[in-house]
Amino acid sequence: MEWSSLFQFSAAELVAIRLSLKVAISAVLMSLPFGVFIALVLARRRFWGSEFLNVCVHLPLILPPVVTGYALLLLFGRNGPLGRLLLKTVGLVFAFRWTGAALASAVVAFPLMVRAIRLSVEAVDRKLEEAAGTLGASPPWVFATVTLPLIMPGIIAGAILAFARSLGEFGATITFVSNIPGETQTLPTAIYTFTQVPGGDAGALRLSLVAVLISAAAIFFSELVARRVARRVAGV
Amino acid sequence: MNLEVDVHRRLGAFTLEARFTTNGRLTALFGHSGSGKTSLINIIGGLLRPDRGKVVVNGEVLVDTAQGVFIPTHRRRIGYVFQEPRLFPHLTVRQNLLYGRWFTPASEPRERLEHIVELLGIGSLLDRGSTLLSGGEKQRVAIGRALLASPRLLLMDEPLVSLDDARKSEILPYIERLRDKSRVPIVYVSHSVPEVVRLATTMVLLSEGRVMATGTVAEVMGRVDLPQ
Repeated sequence: MEWSSLFQFSAAELVAIRLSLKVAISAVLMSLPFGVFIALVLARRRFWGSEFLNVCVHLPLILPPVVTGYALLLLFGRNGPLGRLLLKTVGLVFAFRWTGAALASAVVAFPLMVRAIRLSVEAVDRKLEEAAGTLGASPPWVFATVTLPLIMPGIIAGAILAFARSLGEFGATITFVSNIPGETQTLPTAIYTFTQVPGGDAGALRLSLVAVLISAAAIFFSELVARRVARRVAGV
Repeated sequence: MNLEVDVHRRLGAFTLEARFTTNGRLTALFGHSGSGKTSLINIIGGLLRPDRGKVVVNGEVLVDTAQGVFIPTHRRRIGYVFQEPRLFPHLTVRQNLLYGRWFTPASEPRERLEHIVELLGIGSLLDRGSTLLSGGEKQRVAIGRALLASPRLLLMDEPLVSLDDARKSEILPYIERLRDKSRVPIVYVSHSVPEVVRLATTMVLLSEGRVMATGTVAEVMGRVDLPQ
């Protein structure tokens, strides 16, 4: 293998990198509001079925990703009940599209996101929210001006964790939307493909290095942002 | 100001059954711990619902279980100073002080920031982070924050109880100034005789969830038939 060829990305490799970033970022952004909502519900409400909800949310963390992918295929595939419903109502297709890769990543990363946010919700002193109420803030305003700023470090940590998990998602993605170059072939599936063909070593190495770089950058920035937010929240 | 309270609330084995009327500038709810003082002001502030009864401030009904009226806390415009300062840690002192402004109806008369800051002697703290203050400073800021929300009534639940004697004597004069110079009437919970004697214009004596006596401090303290 020539060292000089190490950083000469082929067009297909660049496509896989861009697609991976697009999929991971979409997965995080689309699931974040749900993550905050579910974390709040799990941290603060006890209702009939809350344990069941907790189990459902955490299931993708424990299940083999292939099973999660297969479940998504059954539910959101072209003939799945939700897949058909979404196609008919909003014209959204997941099967064998990059949107499906984003959905698979979001589902698999969701428990990590919820856990991080939930911990920060449980750490909020509810007496502060009570005080905000006595100062005239209605419950939605209390959430926006007190709860949300105080759980922001947890939201950021959850988003970064989910982003990292999305970037590495392999099993659920390949099962649900396959490995189509340019549409659903992300970094991990592209690397896997390279390792399966003769002469693919250089490509596999290049993309692996990119994965290392992106992950390292994500950790670095999350630390930076988290420290800043934590300082602000602590009022220092 | 006229405050009428007539409420009944069960809390486990304890029953609060309290009835009093006051128009004092500073009304002390006095009694031993467990006498129901905090439950009573929580009902006035809307943090606790009575099982039965009424709370009326200046003729406006805040709670009336018979008519199904319950105004939620954030619409009562009743300030509350808690035992702990409960300052928002993510906001500066100035932002804490002005927090209630965002929610004060434009039609209401507003307390001026400079006036309150001067009254409480917190001018040098304004741009500091709220977590970096001493206990006494925090409690003064908490009082200012409650006042700047332009409340029609200020509740104080043993605001000095978590402070040492030096801090207590630091804050007492400010509460006296508040009582004499501010237009906001105060309901002040305490189990400390010296505080009540020094601050109260009207006193409500509570014991085991019931009001034993209401009157001036001299009247109530002078009655020998009451548990002290």
